Amino acid sequence: MAVAKRIVLHFPKRVVDRAIVCRLAKDYDLEFNILKALVTPEEEGLLVLELSGEQGEYDKGIRYLTETGVKIQSLSQDVLRNEERCTHCGACITICPSGAFELDPITRRVAFYNEKCVACGLCIKACPPRAMEVHF
Amino acid sequence: MAKTIDEINEKIKQGKAVVVTAEEIIDIAREKGAKKAAEEVDVVTTGTFGPMCSSGAYFNIGHAKPKIKLGGGRAYLNDVPAYTGLAAVDLFIGANALPDDDPRNKLYPGEFNYGGGHVIEELVAGKDIRLEATAYGTDCYPRKKLETWINIKDLNEAVLFNIRNAYQNYNVAANTSDKTIYTYMGVLRANLGNINYSTSGQLSPLLNDPYYKTIGIGTRIFLGGGIGFVAWQGTQHNPNVPRTNKGVPRGGAGSLAVIGDLKQMSPRWLVGTSMLGYGCTLTVGIGVPIPILSEEILGYTTVTDAEIFASVTDYSDAYPTMKPETLGEVSYAELKSGRVKLKGKEIPTASLSSYSRAVEIAQTLKKWIKDGKFLLTQPVAPLPGVEAGIKFKPLKERPIE
Repeated sequence: MAVAKRIVLHFPKRVVDRAIVCRLAKDYDLEFNILKALVTPEEEGLLVLELSGEQGEYDKGIRYLTETGVKIQSLSQDVLRNEERCTHCGACITICPSGAFELDPITRRVAFYNEKCVACGLCIKACPPRAMEVHF
Repeated sequence: MAKTIDEINEKIKQGKAVVVTAEEIIDIAREKGAKKAAEEVDVVTTGTFGPMCSSGAYFNIGHAKPKIKLGGGRAYLNDVPAYTGLAAVDLFIGANALPDDDPRNKLYPGEFNYGGGHVIEELVAGKDIRLEATAYGTDCYPRKKLETWINIKDLNEAVLFNIRNAYQNYNVAANTSDKTIYTYMGVLRANLGNINYSTSGQLSPLLNDPYYKTIGIGTRIFLGGGIGFVAWQGTQHNPNVPRTNKGVPRGGAGSLAVIGDLKQMSPRWLVGTSMLGYGCTLTVGIGVPIPILSEEILGYTTVTDAEIFASVTDYSDAYPTMKPETLGEVSYAELKSGRVKLKGKEIPTASLSSYSRAVEIAQTLKKWIKDGKFLLTQPVAPLPGVEAGIKFKPLKERPIE
């Protein structure tokens, strides 16, 4: 059975410079499509992948990633905005590495596009009224 | 034809006043011309909703039995220290106050999840607040310890008193260093990674009355969702700054001290706020009505974001070290476009002040006036203007031998 999933990989500082993701294709015959890649201010690597292949190989690939110290998070919609607390100031807009926040030029309200969110969490503490929440 | 505040108030009482926001007046004046607009429009409403650090509240908790004198003792509200240098049962809490055990920036950047601003928000929201106090005990106030829940509805008085709010224009913040910095202007990414600003620009109270011709001591205002007053000029009130030919300051200038009954206010307009790596504060909603007494005053209210400029300040160097140099001047129209060009680089911009909520304040105030619920006031004294010759002094340090 074939599977295709979107996942977020957090690379700790010590493995940022190692070739890890290419092994998914080489050793487990998985296809990957890089949706987003960045190095956070704390120098952790963050990679959002769409990963597909046979279920058995997929599971082995994930196990391999875990063993190298990469933290895996499924890209389920886990950062949510508390609409009651959001004041629509816009402080989040330039903080978000994936452009998930956009200011509507007419209403001057901030839209949050959950599908663009890579769950990196940078907005959580940068939001002055603390309107961004992580839900697991 | 010049109008008076009394005449405008008469029209408000009859439900005939023409009230528009400082955003709406721009197109009205463009279409009708300044002269006709000044004749037809009676009041222009302004609004601003941003973090304002010099905010606080005082209240009287009532006397305990037996009595305790908090003055000279210590008092905590939900673990946040309150000022006890007043009499027996009056307390003042500032928006920036932090619990004694908050790690501050020991774990950099500090999170500052709860402080004085949050206590004020919760108090206004009608939540119970834990008061813990100690005192030294006297013959007339024997008690030394007090632990109780308090609630705004039981307080004798609860007053919001902000000593510097509604700054007339402000620095625009950037960071030229090679690491992220955490400031009261938000998170500033390295190498001019972003630019933050904080104003409602063309809707901002003092940018619509740049020479303080109508806003003065005693002006009735929208404050925190209730009604308040301008109490005084704000601290650091500094009218003597470079201005555009329309009189708009090109940087921080005037400011307001405001006061009002906290019991009427709402947590929607007083929001406890955390600035990562900096501290706690309070986001405050203020709206000031401007009576259109003349064509000149109308002219000031037609200011647009394209006509308001501010300097970009480097918060990694020039700001902390008090250097006068800036990285350049930009207009709020450019800032609000989402990107500005500076030093040959396209830099994304963000605001710390909510424009959409500022619009809501100006609209709310407009409705109050139209409904005859809010009358305008003649200031009892003017704010110091340019002619006052105020000099904004830095601290002159004198070493203690």
